[in-house]
Amino acid sequence: MTLSITHLYYLVGGILAVTALMTAADRQHTRRWSSSLFWGLYALVFLVGEQLPVAWVGAGVVVMALIAAAGGVGVGRPAQRSAADTLASVRRLGNKLFAPALAIPLVTMLGTLSAKYLSIGGVPLLDPKNTTLVSLGLGCLVALALACWLTHETPVQGIRESRRLTDALGWALVLPQMLGMLGLVFSDAGVGKAVAHVTTTYINMDLRFIAVLVYVVGMALFTIIMGNGFAAFPVMTGGVGVPVLVGMYHGNPAVMAAIGMLSGYCGTLLTPMAANFNIVPAALLELPDKNAVIRAQVPTALALLVCNVFLLNFMMFL
Amino acid sequence: MPTPTNLWPLLGVAVIIAGFLLRFNPMLVVIVTAIVTAFAAGFAPDKILATIGTGFIKTRNLPLIILLPLAVIGLLERHGLRQHAQNWIGSIRSATAGRLLVVYLAARQLTAAIGLTSLGGHPQMVRPLLAPMAEGAAEARHGPLPERVRHKLRAYCAATDNVGLFFGEDIFVAFGAIVLMTTFLREAGIEVEPMRVALWGIPTAVCAFLIHAWRLQRLDRMLERDIALEAASSGAPAAPAEQQAQGAQA
Repeated sequence: MTLSITHLYYLVGGILAVTALMTAADRQHTRRWSSSLFWGLYALVFLVGEQLPVAWVGAGVVVMALIAAAGGVGVGRPAQRSAADTLASVRRLGNKLFAPALAIPLVTMLGTLSAKYLSIGGVPLLDPKNTTLVSLGLGCLVALALACWLTHETPVQGIRESRRLTDALGWALVLPQMLGMLGLVFSDAGVGKAVAHVTTTYINMDLRFIAVLVYVVGMALFTIIMGNGFAAFPVMTGGVGVPVLVGMYHGNPAVMAAIGMLSGYCGTLLTPMAANFNIVPAALLELPDKNAVIRAQVPTALALLVCNVFLLNFMMFL
Repeated sequence: MPTPTNLWPLLGVAVIIAGFLLRFNPMLVVIVTAIVTAFAAGFAPDKILATIGTGFIKTRNLPLIILLPLAVIGLLERHGLRQHAQNWIGSIRSATAGRLLVVYLAARQLTAAIGLTSLGGHPQMVRPLLAPMAEGAAEARHGPLPERVRHKLRAYCAATDNVGLFFGEDIFVAFGAIVLMTTFLREAGIEVEPMRVALWGIPTAVCAFLIHAWRLQRLDRMLERDIALEAASSGAPAAPAEQQAQGAQA
């Protein structure tokens, strides 16, 4: 049997469904019923998303967004351990506490590297298309077993802790997927084509340096809008890179591609649209300002973008 | 004449920029943008919902990386992982927050460059280990941190993980972005060796390290200044006992 990403969807769906039930049963919760509905709908997307008509899923997504916008995703007040108990654990376990935390990346890495060789009778054990994610899932299960063994806790307590953190993250947890969805809607609706059309029609690229500038800054700006350099690359490279930089000015396409994509990454550092990297960490680190991570990245991203303009202008025409 | 490009979907771009600038709830901004964009492209209402649904199903892999580690991390935090990480770094005399982050940046970039991108990450590395260690190192040096300074330091930890990942992974030949670039260029009739694309990414990666490491070098002095400012603005030096208790809880 192959361990595939679908199994991870069932696992995550199950955890979210339990989260929804625990929330519904929590009388102390600030937004008990609407939060429960929010996590319940999200659980359905993972458990039966593939079987439902897509328009229903779309309607569910709209309902989730409305619940979040109305402030309907609240926080529970699960019983915390006393500071003295925690201190006793720290004394008892010491550096052993690091072991399960480090087991996650370690198992993920081993799984990713050895996936090619793990097969029984020609059937791969790990889904070859999603080795990293499946290995991550495996790593988390191994680490959970290790953590339960060290701390003498049950996996049920693990799910309670997962719910505590899910609650603390709130709708920010769903935002990356919402933005991923938006990227696909943008490409279905032809936003990329329209942007490429506007840039190439209205900007005069007779000066080589202007063309370089348009490509680098365009990659960054388009990534800021789409939240993802992968979405910006085909648009800017198809619109400006290939016809102008390579076609008109005979630049080295390998340099163009490498620096173009890395200019897109500068845009990723600057945009709330890249929620997984910028907004979710702010929530995970309990920062009151959701844009705090972006603020810390702005000087690096802008300085690097300037470097990229000059690197591209120099190296592409060597 | 080629068929004219429909420019109306650009309305979606305007909506999302306006929405974020006016600080509406991001979930609301995204769903309204999706509906406006699809409508501007001439989709019927049921097709709009179907496009949203299809997109949401296709991107289910995105939250896995955050959701899966939560149970383990929560369990370890319950038993004091963050406190222990803070104490542990505090026992290393030469450690400062800035130096710790420079070392982490280098390690993150180098490991990502050889394809080991999963060695870092926000839920499994930054929240339980890196941020508490940076805070521990800063507290060992400067005493208890005011909340504002603590938050700023945490944001730098997340930023350092991002910079290290982004400008390391692109040097790895088998990375998805490089496959995407060479495939796209091949379709445009240009053959490029993936190895060359990876190599030409190195100068930018080096610049990224130099720029960000330079900023991290200055972080320790900046923290010191911010703490002094904070103490001056609150009128008196902060009560250490109370702050200590808060620090142990956070």
